[in-house]
Amino acid sequence: MIPELGYGATVAALLLALWGAGAAAASARTGRAALLRSGERAAVGAFALITACIALMIYAFLAFDFSVRYVAINTNLGTPFYYRVTALWGALEGSIVLWAWMLAIYTLIVVIRYRRSQPELYPWVLSVMLGVLAFFLLIMTIPAPPFERLTPIPADGRGLNPLLQDAGMITHPVALYLGFTGFTVPFAFAMAALIVRRTGEEWITITRRWTIIAWYFLALGLLIGGWWSYHVLGWGGYWAWDPVENAAFMPFLTATAFLHSVMVQERRRMLKLWNLSLIILTFGLTIFGTFLTRSGIIGSVHSFTQGTIGYFFLGFLALVLLGSFSLLASRMERLRAEGVLDSVVSRESTFLLNNLFLVAATFTVFFGTVFPLISEAVRGVKISVGAPFFNLVNIPVFLALLFLMGVGPLIAWRRASAGNLKRNFLKPVLAGLVAAAALRALGVANGLVLTTMALVVFVAGTIALDLFRAVRARRRSGDNWGAATWGLLLRQNRRYGGFIVHLGILVIALGVAGSQAWSVQKEVTLDKGQSMELAGYQVRFDGLSASEESNHAKVTGAFTVTNGRAGGYMLYPAKKFYPQDQTPIAYVDYRLGWIEDVYLVLGDFARDGSHATVKLQVNRMVSWLWLGGLVLTFGAALAILPDARRAA
Amino acid sequence: MKAPALKWAIPAAVVPVLVLLAYGFRTDPREIPSPLLGRPAAAFSLTTFAGTPLSLEDLRGKVVMLNFWASWCIPACYDEAPALERTWRAYKDKGVMVVGINVQDKEAAALEFLRRFEHSFPNAPDPRGRVSVDYGVYGVPETFFIDRKGRVRFKHVGALTDEIARRQLDALLEEPS
Repeated sequence: MIPELGYGATVAALLLALWGAGAAAASARTGRAALLRSGERAAVGAFALITACIALMIYAFLAFDFSVRYVAINTNLGTPFYYRVTALWGALEGSIVLWAWMLAIYTLIVVIRYRRSQPELYPWVLSVMLGVLAFFLLIMTIPAPPFERLTPIPADGRGLNPLLQDAGMITHPVALYLGFTGFTVPFAFAMAALIVRRTGEEWITITRRWTIIAWYFLALGLLIGGWWSYHVLGWGGYWAWDPVENAAFMPFLTATAFLHSVMVQERRRMLKLWNLSLIILTFGLTIFGTFLTRSGIIGSVHSFTQGTIGYFFLGFLALVLLGSFSLLASRMERLRAEGVLDSVVSRESTFLLNNLFLVAATFTVFFGTVFPLISEAVRGVKISVGAPFFNLVNIPVFLALLFLMGVGPLIAWRRASAGNLKRNFLKPVLAGLVAAAALRALGVANGLVLTTMALVVFVAGTIALDLFRAVRARRRSGDNWGAATWGLLLRQNRRYGGFIVHLGILVIALGVAGSQAWSVQKEVTLDKGQSMELAGYQVRFDGLSASEESNHAKVTGAFTVTNGRAGGYMLYPAKKFYPQDQTPIAYVDYRLGWIEDVYLVLGDFARDGSHATVKLQVNRMVSWLWLGGLVLTFGAALAILPDARRAA
Repeated sequence: MKAPALKWAIPAAVVPVLVLLAYGFRTDPREIPSPLLGRPAAAFSLTTFAGTPLSLEDLRGKVVMLNFWASWCIPACYDEAPALERTWRAYKDKGVMVVGINVQDKEAAALEFLRRFEHSFPNAPDPRGRVSVDYGVYGVPETFFIDRKGRVRFKHVGALTDEIARRQLDALLEEPS
């Protein structure tokens, strides 16, 4: 029953989305309000039907309805309750349902928020958003139907991919998809602005907060993905330049560029063409990302499956890119800059440089990701480029971006005077140099760490100096330090939200540099009772135990960790054996710390427990990545608050 | 952007990228050639679910289609199951042996699977996974085609279809014994 109900709801939602997209566009052309209202009702109806699809699917999972093929593949009778709910987005078909649902939610918010306030842009925005939604519903109808029936009905299902049975995988796709789908809103506004020839600052002002929300969720998704990789995959790293990671990273880079370049347009009425191109590119890259993940053209640890779905995505990608860039080209005469670049030493040129670096980074990531295709097309040999390539080309770019992060927010618009430069940057530059010199004197010889440290202190110095001056100015009007700081953050929330996001990035940069430079590891086979030593830690192997869990068997090692200073503690890394998987899954155990994590992975072992191979890693400063994520969250939240100055 | 034609360079720039991606459909990143092709197939002797001994040695002189499967392997093993039985019925009198090897499974579930699809060709469990390891089985289902001289000639990854089975078997049967 459920397969038929679900499929029916999918088809109905597709028809509603198509109707709504058409009706909204027709109402914009003819001015007939009834058509627009009909389009809105279609949007609400599509949302309700996709919600029903989600409810049906979750019910099928909870009830072990193996007549639904997707349920049979992604769960079995031993799968715990919470993973049966999240198995919804554990594989291709369900992840598209989640995607469509989030897009429907965004569409609904757009309807509620803008139906009265943006009469001219709104019909087209609705039309574009429903058009995109219709595409994903089409995917759910033809190439990847989640409600496909399975006959004969098996007695038990296959079970969720063991690697996905983790809390990180419950949240990672949700955050990532909220980010991906969120960019549909600014994209739709950009298209609407082009169609009705209102290519001024309006669409940018409206979508600023939407872009920040999408950007933030994408950043959060990337960080949770890193956390998952770190504590589940057992290789001790958080980022591998895997094609699917890259697929999410590229729109993040172009969206970052977009967030900065729109400020130049708001202020100086330049870069109109550039900003429209960036948002088209960002949206296109979110589609490209799903295409890459789901078409199977590039091998990846993440890749879902193959089938005809790739053709649909490529077709849609072609439609989006050719359609929107052609629209852009046809409006070219309206996109001339009204302002001019006055000086190289100015905020606008700093932002331009920042954009140049971000787009260059996007291009190198894109190039590296599709390189296996290029090499096969040109030379007939499949060669993939690995982390060394990405690190080599991207580290200098990211260091340059860090530097610009310090300069951009405080250099004057138009033309910076020597006085402006000296006032804002002299002390921070000195602080950065002193910090690097001090670190060098302490014996740190790693060039990357020294450079990063100098840049981080420089940028943090510029922010601290600016904040200090602004707070001091407010103090003159009688507030105490706390009230003055808080009042400033709220009053200039956009500016200081941005600064706090920058601080979060700095913390992440330190984490990346520190973990790259200072993490150490050692792999040893220990007899029972024997110890190994690394970086001041002694790890003793105390024995093995076996247990039978609901859906897998588990062999757990017991290890005592001491570091000579405080009392020791136990770590229990394990290996999980899932019947449906040939290779066992490592279960990492670790103790996190601000400076270093102790990270233990169980390797091969003797069945009688007499000896076991264990990999011990002491990973430095990885926790700073997660801390940076928290700072980022606070900054983004501050930045999307309603503009206090405008509201007042 | 002065020349009117130049502005169309922006959408046109997208085309090569799309062509490259379309080219990607022609390649399969997961296609890993088996090093076993052309080499003698690893010997095995197992006991079928029915309790009779089964060894590759005894099948010398026949073309063997060796299928690795599991009852938890949804959907691929379910998809291919009817094709396996059809192939067996069509070829059993032409000097072909179809053998199923059940890997990492529970006996009750495996028997239920065989009953459901009415498989009449010999099927044996691979208790310690030794045969799967010898054949380098990466995931189920995988099907190996072994010629009359006992050499592995073709490996199919994923659900088998009637067409693929027929094509491989016909080719191997045409070879002089």
